[in-house]
Amino acid sequence: MTIKNDIVIQASALTCAYGTSVILDNINFEVRRGEVFIILGGSGCGKSTLLKHLIGLYQPAGGSIKIIDQDLVHANQQEHRRILKNIGVMYQSGALFGSMSLLENVRLPLEEHTALDTHAMNLIAHMKLSLVGLGNFTKHYPSEVSGGMQKRAAIARAMALDPEVLFLDEPSAGLDPITSSELDALIRRLAESLGITFVIVSHELASIFAIADRVIMLDAETKGIIADGPPVTLQQSHSNAAVREFFNRGKHNNITQVED
Amino acid sequence: MPSFRNSPPPSLEFVDETTDSITLVFKGELRTDSVSKVWGKARKKTSSRLFSTVIIDVHNINYCDGTGIAMLADLLLETQRRTNVDITLEGLKEDFQQLLDQFDLKHFKPEPESKAKSIPITEEVGLTASQFLQDLKELISFVGEAFYSLWIALKHPSTIRWKDMLLTIERAGVNALPIVCLICFLMGLIMAFQSAIPLKQFAAELFIADLVSVAMLRELGPLMTAILLAGRSGSAFAAEIGTMKVNEEVNALQTMGIDPVRFLAIPRIIASIIVTPLLTLFANFMGLVGGWVVYVSLGFPTIVYINQIKSAVTLTDLWGGLFKAGVFGLLVAGIGCFRGMQTSMGASAVGQSTTRAVVSGIVLIVMADGLFSVIYYILGL
Ligand SMILES: Nc1ncnc2c1ncn2[C@@H]1O[C@H](COP(=O)(O)OP(=O)(O)OP(=O)(O)O)[C@@H](O)[C@H]1O
Ligand SMILES: [Mg+2]
Repeated sequence: MTIKNDIVIQASALTCAYGTSVILDNINFEVRRGEVFIILGGSGCGKSTLLKHLIGLYQPAGGSIKIIDQDLVHANQQEHRRILKNIGVMYQSGALFGSMSLLENVRLPLEEHTALDTHAMNLIAHMKLSLVGLGNFTKHYPSEVSGGMQKRAAIARAMALDPEVLFLDEPSAGLDPITSSELDALIRRLAESLGITFVIVSHELASIFAIADRVIMLDAETKGIIADGPPVTLQQSHSNAAVREFFNRGKHNNITQVED
Repeated sequence: MPSFRNSPPPSLEFVDETTDSITLVFKGELRTDSVSKVWGKARKKTSSRLFSTVIIDVHNINYCDGTGIAMLADLLLETQRRTNVDITLEGLKEDFQQLLDQFDLKHFKPEPESKAKSIPITEEVGLTASQFLQDLKELISFVGEAFYSLWIALKHPSTIRWKDMLLTIERAGVNALPIVCLICFLMGLIMAFQSAIPLKQFAAELFIADLVSVAMLRELGPLMTAILLAGRSGSAFAAEIGTMKVNEEVNALQTMGIDPVRFLAIPRIIASIIVTPLLTLFANFMGLVGGWVVYVSLGFPTIVYINQIKSAVTLTDLWGGLFKAGVFGLLVAGIGCFRGMQTSMGASAVGQSTTRAVVSGIVLIVMADGLFSVIYYILGL
């Protein structure tokens, strides 16, 4: 029942800068509904920066962002709140609230944005945590669980409101391969059956090939997008050798390891 | 297609209601922001003990997000809560069935609603007492460690982090100067003004100068400076070190073979010991200036004020006050760093240790002041 093809996020001539230092210059792309959209690039090239601009944490230095038919840059407070209700964000550091248990962390957006009763909210929070394999850790505080578990709890919190768009900054970093592939399966399932759109920053080639519909690759030197398309296409036939190499590097390494 | 969320809320009808069976028919879209009404209604029916057969009909549900799934799971979980009920779900579309199948409902134990656990009072008293003792033990061991590190640092001055120390002197000392001056000026002024009225009854306004100077130099100058230092810098030390503790920076220092007490606490403690007497000097002076304002406005010339002070206080009073101030500085910085080091994990932990730094700092200052009074009395100072 997936309703694909309508545009959920559109960035036009977007320029991101911190003060006078421009990180990304004049980039254009759009994300379609139900798509798993991966942002790729070397460390420090501005992936997190782009993500923070897309969710409205920072004002772009130029250009515009449209998200779910709303102009993010010029949205008034009410419109902005509506947008925020329909997106979920997981920060690179997790950003869980240390003074709340995992369950309370996940329940917080539900308390703020829905009219559900406590029983219902607890159940939903518990189910979200079970989805990421933390069903038995609901009462723990963030400082009492491991780094990877914090990460998973942060993903559960981002999903709490069943948002239309989920932004995940390196969700699988710090996870073991099995948990990470479970997470991949979950992302695919949500994208396919509910039409949830994912914008994900990731470096894990295996995971990218497993889940991505589309990849853009950012570059620190040109401050722009150097590649855009499905991962397999980019790997096989991208004009830029550096891009092909980026995708093939993983494979080469795997092969040499096997040969060893 | 417009935004997903503009769909009407789902509807719920009860059909085929007999004495012990009922069918719940859901229609529309089950979404986070609109599902709460039907959820409550449906749960009332399934959990009422009347029905032993419940059919949940979702043929006409064409969208169902995670919250919708949670609602269906909640209704199905009723079978866990009581045994004599048979609940079936009919017509869930394949896509959504998959989402529901992610949960092993047979073994899914939903979160019991958390009640605040009440502890019997005896247990609480015991707990508090043992915490207090533990705290005292840690404090004593910190004092030992700090003095040892201080001793080592003074023996090998090159190991002191001078830059950090100078920075702390600036932040805790120079930047505190305006507030210390203001408060003590006002204190001198208020003290002189308040005492002027009763002293006038005995025609003894002349002795306002004695009162202000003795009180400021011996007691209030050092005390007020130390209390301000506890509020400004003791808390800052606790917060700085506490944040480092939470971010595992203190652990990082330890694993690099650097003693955190030497690295973090010693520069701050030395800086405070230097800075508090200096601030106290300013505090004393401003207090006297405050008294002078009242004195002059009562019609006495300045020279009388100065002579009166000269005869009232001795240099010993001044030095005694300044020595006290140095000790207060040591206490405030020490306790600030100690509370910072004590910080446990979690976000509220830093706030807690900041508060405790200020509170125990002030308590220690007052206790030490009492002790000094006794000692000075015995020594005849
Ligand atoms: N708050 C900030 N102020 C100024 N510059 C910043 C700020 N945050 C990031 N930068 C700069 O922006 C650039 C991009 O940073 P960003 O965090 O977006 O990188 P990234 O692509 O997410 O890298 P990584 O993969 O390591 O997370 C870096 O050069 C960084 O120095
Ligand atoms: Mg980043």
